[in-house]
Amino acid sequence: MAIFNLRDVSVRYQDAPFALRGISLSIASGEQLAVIGPSGAGKTTFLHTLACAHRPDSGSFSLFGSEPWQLSHAQRHALRARLFLAPQTPPLPPRQRVVTAVLAGRLPQWSLWQALRSLVKPADTQAAYDALARFNLQNKLYARVDRLSGGERQRCSMARLLLANAEILLVDEPLSALDPTLSRQTLAVLQQEAGMRQATLVCSLHQVEFARAHFPRIIGLRDGRIEFDLAREKITDDMVTALYQNDQEMPDNPGAHTAPPPLIMNYC
Amino acid sequence: MNTPTPPTLRVSTVLVLAALLTLIITSFVSISLDWQPFFTQAAIHTTGEFLLGFAPPDVSPAFLHQVALATAETLAMSALGTLIAALLGIMLALPASGRLGAVARASTRMLLNALRSIPELVWASILLIAAGLGPFAGTLALAVHTMGVLGRLFADAIENGPTLPEASLRINGVSPLSAFFYASLPQTLPQIMSYTLYRWENNIRAAAILGIVGAGGLGQMLKYHLSLFQMHQAASVIVAMLLLVALVDATSFALRRHMTRL
Amino acid sequence: MLMISEFHPWLLLDARSLRATMQFLSTFVPPAHSAEFLSVVLQATWQTIAMATAGLTLALLAAIPLTLIMTQCLSISRLGTNRMSMPASLLRHSARWLLLLLRSVPELVWALLLVRIVGLGPTAGVLAIALTYTGMLGKVYAEILESSDAHAADTLLKNGNGRLTALLYGALPQASSELLSYTIYRWECAIRGSVVMGFVGAGGLGQRMDEAMKMLADDQVATILIMLILLVTGCDGISRLLRRHWT
Repeated sequence: MAIFNLRDVSVRYQDAPFALRGISLSIASGEQLAVIGPSGAGKTTFLHTLACAHRPDSGSFSLFGSEPWQLSHAQRHALRARLFLAPQTPPLPPRQRVVTAVLAGRLPQWSLWQALRSLVKPADTQAAYDALARFNLQNKLYARVDRLSGGERQRCSMARLLLANAEILLVDEPLSALDPTLSRQTLAVLQQEAGMRQATLVCSLHQVEFARAHFPRIIGLRDGRIEFDLAREKITDDMVTALYQNDQEMPDNPGAHTAPPPLIMNYC
Repeated sequence: MNTPTPPTLRVSTVLVLAALLTLIITSFVSISLDWQPFFTQAAIHTTGEFLLGFAPPDVSPAFLHQVALATAETLAMSALGTLIAALLGIMLALPASGRLGAVARASTRMLLNALRSIPELVWASILLIAAGLGPFAGTLALAVHTMGVLGRLFADAIENGPTLPEASLRINGVSPLSAFFYASLPQTLPQIMSYTLYRWENNIRAAAILGIVGAGGLGQMLKYHLSLFQMHQAASVIVAMLLLVALVDATSFALRRHMTRL
Repeated sequence: MLMISEFHPWLLLDARSLRATMQFLSTFVPPAHSAEFLSVVLQATWQTIAMATAGLTLALLAAIPLTLIMTQCLSISRLGTNRMSMPASLLRHSARWLLLLLRSVPELVWALLLVRIVGLGPTAGVLAIALTYTGMLGKVYAEILESSDAHAADTLLKNGNGRLTALLYGALPQASSELLSYTIYRWECAIRGSVVMGFVGAGGLGQRMDEAMKMLADDQVATILIMLILLVTGCDGISRLLRRHWT
């Protein structure tokens, strides 16, 4: 049964040129697929569109058999709780403790009271510990997020994913800050987890060889269009070369924010 | 496998939180707020009547002219007070930044602290004795309080600025005063300007209310009409104050945004 | 400008004015120090602190929900379309105007009006501080939340969380130290504000000062001024300590 159904979907940001054009595909429940393509191809936009975080400008988009953008705000927001989007920059507040940041994956299931209580005394430390242990980070349980390295933060955000009770996992570049060994381990944990709960896993990857080695289905994006959408056996080296042709390494820095000017606080 | 032990709360944090909570609770207990005027039927009625008494504000041209004059007076008081304060502040900043020795520094800083600890309004009520009722007392009050604030800010800015240019002048045999005026002051001038402007903005707001003790400006008009129960006139004055403050807020916001964009 | 503000410095040197000033100053020393008066002053000082603290607490309670309404990066209806729904943006704008009104009327004017409604005494002062500071805190809280990194809160929202949880787990850990230090700074300001409240009859040190001035009891004025300096300097110190503790 198809979980995602996209027909001729196009997305643009305000008046910028289209970020995605004429995307048509369907994704079945429990499927695992990788999205590859040069930077600026629209991988992140694609994942955000699947996560109902971007409204398509045209085309039809259905999720779990209903059209989210025809629903009310509340109903659409309830749909979002059934999927988990892990952005490329780990969304962890610097002054938070790792245990709290990881347990935040449980938040959609918690009542406000539970959420408040867990801020004072973390609710399920064992679960957080186990999730971190699968990425070899268990000894960082009570460390503060800003004391972690980039790679540790990325795995910490994956540990949050393990705690989320979601049927669809949308992961944006989970390996961008990891070395090859850690990359392999992290990807293995992700795929194992998705397989175990029969969740759908959509993962955008920079490393083509990882995608070809581990994912049965691969989508190649370029300039916002699908270049190919094939089982991995059918993908040839030429297709990959063509996909990345003329790719200028664009320095994308998603985490760059200008510091706000300090508030003037002197003598009232 | 052993789980790491959770960090314990710092004792100081617990103490601070407990102290804050005690402060808040004892505050409410000792004041025993009187909510009655807001909840009994009769009280709501009189409150409503009181508020309705303000409408409509007096907009007769003659009265608006008076309000405009008072607004101009308020602006003049704030500008003049700030200007005097800035000039005197720079002079006091010289000893307060330690250029004339440690003793001078400590005593000037103590003076500046005392000046700025006493709010403008209290200064105004004291200065009324020497300067008489009217805007002059208000201007002086603003100047005295602001001098304390600005003197301290200027001194800190000068102390934290780079010392090399001044030191090299001193090594060449220049006197401390000349070295100060040729090296340290020009360096901190942009900061001094921005502090002064920021303070002027504050002082416009302060000048609007100084009149409540009789020191001129819009506040004096408000106090006068309120004490005579001329509610329509009082309403116009309040609206004028509101507009003045909102205008100053908007202007300074726009200016600041313009400056950060440059 | 000099003319409008009736700037006549020579008035200060006028013989009559000089005499009045000298007389005033000469009775400054020694400051009034009878045990009875000192206890009155201490009580008034505590009332000043209590008024400021209670007022700020009320302002905090009122400002938090208003901040939640105002903060754009916690909007759910914005997700995906980058445009807020009509009712949401209407609500946000009315909150913004309410805050502008609250903080544009000076606290002393609020107090002047409230004294007419609730009568003389600290209630008027507390409410005046609460009203003005709701306006200030709400505006600045929203600004701090908007200007800090929204990525964490945004991701929580995109994963289907409510705005309160996104605030607690995403935005607050990011901005908490700045929010705290601004609140403490405002407490310091509230202390100064509540001193002044007394001049319109709202109790505290200001009222004692006003009375002493009217009775021409200059030695009492001197004592109150010293107390004032001690109070403000002490609060400065506490505020600096607290801010260092949390940042």
